[in-house]
Amino acid sequence: MLHFLVRRLLLAIPVLLGVATLVFSLIHLVPGDPVQAMLGESASSQDVAELRGRLGLDRPLSVQYAAFLKGLARGTLGTSLRTNEPVTRAIAERLPATFELAAAAVCVAVVVAIPLGILAAVGAGTGIDYAATTLALVGISMPNFWLGPLLAILFSVTLGWLPVSGSGTPAHLVLPAITLGAPLAAVLARMTRASVIEELREPYVLAARARGVSRGRAILRHAFRNSLIPIVTVLGLQMGAILTGAVITETIFAWPGVGRLLIQSINFRDFPLVQGCILLIAVTYVAVNLLTDLAYGLLDPRIRYE
Amino acid sequence: MSDRRGGGRALFAAGMVIVTMAAAAAIVGPSLTPFDPAAQDLPLRLAGPTGAHPFGLDELGRDILARVLAGARISFVVGLVVVSVSASIGTLLGAVAGYFGGTIDDLISRVIDILLAFPGLLLAIALVAVLGPSLRNVLFALTVIGWVGYARLVRGQVLRAREFEYVQAARALGASTARVLWRHVIPSAIPAIVVQASLGMAGAIIGEAALSFLGLGVQPPTPSWGTMLNGGRAHLLDAPHLTIFPGLAIALLVLGFNVVGDGLRDLADPKRPRR
Repeated sequence: MLHFLVRRLLLAIPVLLGVATLVFSLIHLVPGDPVQAMLGESASSQDVAELRGRLGLDRPLSVQYAAFLKGLARGTLGTSLRTNEPVTRAIAERLPATFELAAAAVCVAVVVAIPLGILAAVGAGTGIDYAATTLALVGISMPNFWLGPLLAILFSVTLGWLPVSGSGTPAHLVLPAITLGAPLAAVLARMTRASVIEELREPYVLAARARGVSRGRAILRHAFRNSLIPIVTVLGLQMGAILTGAVITETIFAWPGVGRLLIQSINFRDFPLVQGCILLIAVTYVAVNLLTDLAYGLLDPRIRYE
Repeated sequence: MSDRRGGGRALFAAGMVIVTMAAAAAIVGPSLTPFDPAAQDLPLRLAGPTGAHPFGLDELGRDILARVLAGARISFVVGLVVVSVSASIGTLLGAVAGYFGGTIDDLISRVIDILLAFPGLLLAIALVAVLGPSLRNVLFALTVIGWVGYARLVRGQVLRAREFEYVQAARALGASTARVLWRHVIPSAIPAIVVQASLGMAGAIIGEAALSFLGLGVQPPTPSWGTMLNGGRAHLLDAPHLTIFPGLAIALLVLGFNVVGDGLRDLADPKRPRR
């Protein structure tokens, strides 16, 4: 296990270095002069020179890159152009809200999808299955930037049950969590269905039934348990969709997380903060993928030895 | 089982109908309605659906049906351009990586790994953020994230195909590398590429709409479905039709492409259990 762990961690290093390099080069992709773009056309040449110096853009590229990596190693990512606040602090303040939203969305997805997937698998080919499969297909195709406003129209505007945006109470979390969790629920339900159907065909389920194990127990304790590996994998893979979805969901519901911070920073052309948000989201994604791989190794010992 | 296959075929047919109708709307759409998508009728701004304006009017008094039809054109252009360019680049690089192996494979694979480390649309958001919002930059950003899926897919297929006897026979007969790749190796990956392309159309359409919704994509007054949804956000209370119709168009077209992609996947691999 230790060998697997070390190898997997080592493999993540070049990827993280690549991610950092790409994020570093973003500012150099700005057409024309990035400093002029940040300050606007009317900025004086003195202001432009001052900001260029502050961002270190007047130094050779290799020096800038080395300084960027050194800063990363120390956990500093520069300061926001708009508020002068350190980027890491601005992000750290918003991070709990994003984690709260993501966790709530995953809970919504798991609570809805797993029973739905199992029901569809057990009743494969029946009306329940068709209903669940169709619902999942609709869930996958419905973009969250449409689902969110629709939920707001229904539950906030028409019924007046839930706040339309903002944060602070559990009620504020409901619509964003459903908006972000719905597509994940759809993918998870499809995966659970396919995976349980496959396991139900295995001889060990028949053997369990032959030993007198009840149908429900055979499904839940035997078939479902073994179908957990692909389900966990899909959950890990879908974290990417959750993180990107959070950017959109937070924007729709004015949820004070990193995603909204990213879009606000883009609108203000606050590039250090944009770089910080992008880097944080990408690194979180790499870390989640790493954890999924490790969980996979724990759940299925065969994988470690491949 | 045959029942499920029948159900699958009916779904596939329904998907094809949706996609074909949307394509027809994109081509002849503007002639289906007497209204110009850009023409403003300010006294009637935010008016709800009526006989003359079945989808109602937007915040500047423009006919939403005319704009949804015009938006279909943007969505198809984005889907077709992104998918065709991504598939071409991805197929070429994936085939080269899989066929030659060694350093070139390592290099291409590392680039793929790094791009895949950015979740979903995040890299596209980052690219458009620095390049500036425009349709051209949206196409570029979606292609940068789009080719990777094809490259990975084709690389895997080529690694397998390289060992097939007919490929080895072609090499033994003295066929050039380019000919072996083009005539024998890449064709074996085409069914998988077609499935990926169908799902890729859905992905590109959602991607453009999402970027436009965030204000980073197609800029007003060009009628993109995402831009229209963004405009509707300020009017959830007084004019929900601004949100309902463009969103319905996106969801239907994406559903269509997803169903077609699923159907093609089942066709390409009859042994695969249906999901």
